[in-house]
Amino acid sequence: MFCLLGLAALLAPFMTLAANRIVAGEGITVWQLADTASVLPGVLAVMAGLALGVPAGVTRLRLGGSILGLAGLLWLLQQGTPALLEGAGDYARVSPALGFWCLLVVLLLLMADALAAMAPGPLTRGALLAGIMGALLVVLSSDGLAELSVLKEYAARRDAFGRELVRHLGLAFGSLGAAAVIGFPLGMLCHRRAELRSAVLPVLSFLQTIPSLAMFGLMIPVLGWVGNTVPGARSIGIAGIGFAPAFMALVLYSLLPVVGNTVAGLGATPPAALEAARGMGMTPRQRLLRVELPLGLPIILTGLRIVLVQNIGLAVIAGLIGGGGFGTFVFQGLNQTATDLILLGALPTVVLAITAAIVMDILVELTRRTPEVSR
Amino acid sequence: MIEIDSITKVYGDETAVDAVSMTVQTGTITVIVGTSGSGKTTLLRMINRLEEPTSGEVRIKGQSTLAVKPHILRRRIGYAIQGHGLFPHHTVARNIGAVPELLNWSRDKTEARVDELLDLFSMEPAQFRDRYPGELSGGQQQRVGVARALASRPDLLLMDEPFGALDPIIRTRAQEDLRRIQRQLGSTIMLVTHDMEEAIRLGDRVAVMDAGKLVQHGTPAEIITQPATDFVADMVGDVERPLRLLSLIPLSDLVEDGTADGAPLSPADSLRDALSACLWTGRSAVPVVEDGAPLGRVTLDAIRARARAHT
Repeated sequence: MFCLLGLAALLAPFMTLAANRIVAGEGITVWQLADTASVLPGVLAVMAGLALGVPAGVTRLRLGGSILGLAGLLWLLQQGTPALLEGAGDYARVSPALGFWCLLVVLLLLMADALAAMAPGPLTRGALLAGIMGALLVVLSSDGLAELSVLKEYAARRDAFGRELVRHLGLAFGSLGAAAVIGFPLGMLCHRRAELRSAVLPVLSFLQTIPSLAMFGLMIPVLGWVGNTVPGARSIGIAGIGFAPAFMALVLYSLLPVVGNTVAGLGATPPAALEAARGMGMTPRQRLLRVELPLGLPIILTGLRIVLVQNIGLAVIAGLIGGGGFGTFVFQGLNQTATDLILLGALPTVVLAITAAIVMDILVELTRRTPEVSR
Repeated sequence: MIEIDSITKVYGDETAVDAVSMTVQTGTITVIVGTSGSGKTTLLRMINRLEEPTSGEVRIKGQSTLAVKPHILRRRIGYAIQGHGLFPHHTVARNIGAVPELLNWSRDKTEARVDELLDLFSMEPAQFRDRYPGELSGGQQQRVGVARALASRPDLLLMDEPFGALDPIIRTRAQEDLRRIQRQLGSTIMLVTHDMEEAIRLGDRVAVMDAGKLVQHGTPAEIITQPATDFVADMVGDVERPLRLLSLIPLSDLVEDGTADGAPLSPADSLRDALSACLWTGRSAVPVVEDGAPLGRVTLDAIRARARAHT
């Protein structure tokens, strides 16, 4: 099924060639990329890779096929880029098109499927992730792709990219940290007192339902007022636009998963174990540290995972209110109708989010080392 | 010695435990038996102050339990509950060593104690030490739960329906184990159950609770032969009283000279076992043999006479 889709994608335009960075380009199919001799190995590799993925159940074959296919894609990009640019003018841009993206998705799905079937342990998965990231870095920094439009946008904004990356991570991790600092104690209090729980959780749920654009918008007048009236607030960076409102909004969004999962995690202790802990003379603090927290940790970490992935995505919108991050590129790109600039903001965000999700999953699994209780 | 001195627990308008007094001798098993809502569990939980008494007090070796902080008190009192309450994220060894850990025992001392207890409960230490509770059978989990309660050699072991979650065959075995281990260690145990059969089988003393009051406290034989109230008689079950009584008396009490045919019994078996054997095989007497040496016989007539002597 996927392989048929992949073959069909080979027929679709593989790359686009545009006269400059703004106008829409024309689609170029695989065999028009360059002369047949240099295109053929890539096409064959992709087709072979897809074919290897066909037999169900043979996971090693499928994994090998996906790697072969990806190498083929890379080859085609590297061959096609210089060939298309030759004599196309100084401002011409080439980008991957529908066919490339479809093939990429199909091959990645094949790879994910094979990896899932092999069920690697948490540490193996960590190593795999590091390997894939390393390979990605090497490919992107190689000369062969430097002429691609997205990477040209990158080259033009190398300094800004580094700055916005730090900004983006600062927003996502900083808000996670702040939410954890506020959320853990709040969750523990809610766990102890049912009446507090029934007051706090609905409020946090309500915050969660505010559309993100509206939330960022709401922060502007609120923090603007604070910045203008509270002495000293402005000097520590609190103002209607910029980092502070974006940060605040992200923290507010993070509170529900953190508090909710802390409450759920602490409540997951079997009642009999808690009763036994009390009966053997543990103090409330010892019960929390030795029984409730270790048993709830996987659930609490799952909450942090939700927050981290969600915030990496949401932080893009911070670009709209001057909060920085990859959103800056996205919104600049939207204003200039420069698709590749949008991609320069969007693709790293996606990669960051996926990486964060995988790393957090590994952490959750590591804390869940004890076998599940059978009864 | 544990002295319970007119202890009372009131919830709102309701008196759950009403001025209960009793004394528990060191090295004995006292079984508190009653229907649900009789206050038996509340009584037990007031001893280690999981419930604070409204009035009255408990003294262990002459010291009031109110004199120490509850969590310090509880580390001296073993506590085993229905459904074992083991910590699913800790190994068997760590579960059993939980109270020694709270008491800051040295690592070596705790490890030695854990192995000793696993041996005592017929669980091979090397095989079970590092397993998790989820990997054990129900009976094994229950044994680990009791071993954990005994780990720090507590002055007193409280057990709240400890065998409630076990199926009948495993339950009988667990009861025999408990009896054996209690004899071996000389522990003082207070156990709550709703099962009179269990109370009679395990208890040196049986305390019957009804509507928050202690209605009778005595030996199993006294409870059976001289029930203080109709409620106690109901709990024992009128029809089964003679059989319950016979089950308390060993053959060694009635053995007489003479011979009998058929499969022999041991002097430690009960008169109930002998009666059952007689009825089943149509004999009027059974031979009694100890370690291969014949001691004599027990006759059906003698059993009948013994049963009647109490009514």
